[in-house]
Amino acid sequence: MSAVIDHHHADHAHGPAKGMMRWVLTTNHKDIGTMYLWFSFAMFLLGGSMAMVIRAELFQPGLQLVQPEFFNQMTTTHGLIMVFGAVMPAFVGLANWMIPLMVGAPDMALPRMNNFSFWLLPMAFGLLVSTLFMEGGGPNFGWTFYAPLSTTYAPPSVTFFIFAIHLAGISSIMGAINIIATILNLRAPGMTLMKMPLFVWTWLITAFLLIAVMPVLAGVVTMMLMDIHFGTSFFNAAGGGDPVMFQHIFWFFGHPEVYIMILPAFGAVSQIIPTFSRKPLFGYTSMVYATAAIAFLSFIVWAHHMFTVGIPITGELFFMYATMLIAVPTGVKVFNWVSTMFRGALTFETPMLFAIAFVILFTIGGFSGLMLAIATADFQYHDTYFVVAHFHYVLVPGAIFGIFASAYYWLPKWTGHMYDETLGKTHFWMSFIGMNLAFFPMHFVGLAGMPRRIPDYNIMFANFNMVSSIGAFMFGATQLLFLFIVIKCIKGGPKAAANPWEGAEGLEWTVPSPAPYHTFTTPPEVK
Amino acid sequence: MASHETYYVPAQSKWPIIASVGLLLTVFGGGSMINGMSSGTGSAAGKWIFFAGALTIAYMMFGWFSSVVKESDQGLYSQQMDRSFRMGMGWFIFSEVMFFAAFFGALFYARTFAGPWLGGDGDKGVANMLWPDFQFAWPLMVNPDATTFPGPRETISPWQLPLFNTIILISSSVTVTFAHHALRADKRGATKAWLGLTVLLGVIFLVLQALEYQHAYHDLGLTLNSGIYGSTFFMLTGFHGAHVTMGTLILAIMLIRITRGHFTPDKHFGFEAASWYWHFVDVVWVGLFVFVYIL
Ligand code: HEM
Ligand SMILES: [Cu+2]
Repeated sequence: MSAVIDHHHADHAHGPAKGMMRWVLTTNHKDIGTMYLWFSFAMFLLGGSMAMVIRAELFQPGLQLVQPEFFNQMTTTHGLIMVFGAVMPAFVGLANWMIPLMVGAPDMALPRMNNFSFWLLPMAFGLLVSTLFMEGGGPNFGWTFYAPLSTTYAPPSVTFFIFAIHLAGISSIMGAINIIATILNLRAPGMTLMKMPLFVWTWLITAFLLIAVMPVLAGVVTMMLMDIHFGTSFFNAAGGGDPVMFQHIFWFFGHPEVYIMILPAFGAVSQIIPTFSRKPLFGYTSMVYATAAIAFLSFIVWAHHMFTVGIPITGELFFMYATMLIAVPTGVKVFNWVSTMFRGALTFETPMLFAIAFVILFTIGGFSGLMLAIATADFQYHDTYFVVAHFHYVLVPGAIFGIFASAYYWLPKWTGHMYDETLGKTHFWMSFIGMNLAFFPMHFVGLAGMPRRIPDYNIMFANFNMVSSIGAFMFGATQLLFLFIVIKCIKGGPKAAANPWEGAEGLEWTVPSPAPYHTFTTPPEVK
Repeated sequence: MASHETYYVPAQSKWPIIASVGLLLTVFGGGSMINGMSSGTGSAAGKWIFFAGALTIAYMMFGWFSSVVKESDQGLYSQQMDRSFRMGMGWFIFSEVMFFAAFFGALFYARTFAGPWLGGDGDKGVANMLWPDFQFAWPLMVNPDATTFPGPRETISPWQLPLFNTIILISSSVTVTFAHHALRADKRGATKAWLGLTVLLGVIFLVLQALEYQHAYHDLGLTLNSGIYGSTFFMLTGFHGAHVTMGTLILAIMLIRITRGHFTPDKHFGFEAASWYWHFVDVVWVGLFVFVYIL
């Protein structure tokens, strides 16, 4: 590591500053990555406790714990916090920590803007959460905030909800710009695009999606603000507008958004599976093209969320077939992961367990997606618990397991210690069982017609719902174990080598564990 | 190593946190003001919070950009850093394009789909039952519910002020390019003259736009409240106008910097970024002129 400190930048070769202000003022990608990850975990617990309220109310039919008004606020803020506060920032945190290490860059391309991106988030979510305590309550119109529920019939706090979305959006756009500039401009000499690790590739494409759709989200909430307070009629048919237009604009953002939440997980899993299979990734090039194809298609499928709203038959058909096309590149990916494992020397450390579960369970979510994509069938499924089952299968064992897998995989690099493998495996199995118990029965109650976003339900759904709630409590409680594992790993544990995994490749494993405060001040040579 | 200069990673900075707090204060204060306005129970606190936020942001902008200028003067920025700035600006402009795309999308959707359907085309949805007599036309002069949303009496004719404004903005794109060429040729006097002219054209555009709004509100009955035509008209031209205001301010700052001797014939990214932004604003206007005013 002595190469890092040469006469040019002796003045920058400082370690972290002391005290609280280190975190507030930092421009260091590792510090900022750490803050993103902790913030995301805090939001995960907050959003998770809201989910516990929801599942507690749904434990039995009838109303027992909360008022319907409050129930609606819980489902809405749960969704918003998980999507914008937990999943997205976790991936940005991973990107911050790992992308400079993986491409051999000294830091992110625009370090001060990086700090700005992070610190906007606590502001945004502070504002969002504060709406729950305002007169009339917080957002109660669902995380998709369809007009006119979110305009004509919204509580007054919707104004602050809109601004919170603006702040979070600005943060995402700046984060994405930083990631693109880092990847395109700061790669070590010799690291051609097609030599980049897949996590870097998937993030490059994700960042593009973010810059393309977050402004559209900003646009749609701005139209809401104008409709509510300034007399416009974008979403009001009385003035020649159209509430359905809200859905079009929202889902033009929303569908790419779901890929924003899954592509980085694809990338992480594509790093982890080869390591623990001790084989190079099968079909690297096809992985890159499949990711690009998914990103492209994600722009032309949005109305599959709107099959029942009354769109022309040509629209139904177009969006149905376009949606089904996504299964092709997705299938390529699943095939490649499985082929990577085929005849590999597999071991099942915690990251690998999460990665394998990812492949299997995400595929289940993909299949239920295909069912939903059949426009005619969706008339039955839409707005039922089947949809809830679908997206939780892609988001929990998809996005969230991808994050867990990454965390266990890179914890040794971050902390310099190995995590406790037994506890890690316990965390995995409890999460695996808990989430399947929670979400698998939802397929059945959904197919049988149980509507989503309702605090009460027909007595015939009682048993399955009780199972769901038990699974959910189990999953929720298990995450406290994860917190414990991480803290334990930071405090101590067996020392981690620079490369703690036998089969791991990549620049991040060439620097010591824990990674020094400044790495690759002189770019490494990649052959 | 030889091919790579060191990449400047600034030490800690207070500007981002000031910016974040400033933004939070601004939106919180602004939100309180707006809510107060709509419910008629506004208190003064919102205004003060908003004001404090805006001041904080102004202070932050000044401080942050000054330190960037200072660092650049000290020669801390390598060519690689310069490329990062260029990419940053380029992708920022792309995000702005997408922001406008949302509003253009709303305009196209309302005109080609929602409006005709409301007027009875296609499968006749629920809305058509609500207002069976509604006839759709564009510009939409009579809204389905003409009491809540009184339509405009008249719309703006494209061939008067808007045409003039188009000529002004396109000329300003040309003059800013002349300024750039002059700067590259190290002709300071000419740079200042062309840039000054650009700023002047920007200001004239804004004044004319303000007059047009005045005219629309007072003589034509074209307001934010006059249905989807007014909504799309004012949101598109309004956001464009806000961007012209920003652009003019930035160009004015560039003019001040040039007067103070900043920039060299081959290092002047601040100026270039400003002119990229200006060209972008110009292109958006051409889109507006065609799709909002003419068609
Ligand atoms: C093969 C891939 C996929 C297909 C074919 C697919 C299809 C669909 C369809 C048709 C719906 C609408 C169902 C309805 O509302 O009636 C839907 C909903 C949803 N999907 Fe997917 N999907 C896929 C992958 C994903 C992925 C990867 C994610 C996220 C990581 C995701 C997240 C969601 C969410 C959040 C919703 C529900 C939104 C809401 O209404 O609240 N999907 N999906
Ligand atoms: Cu979708």
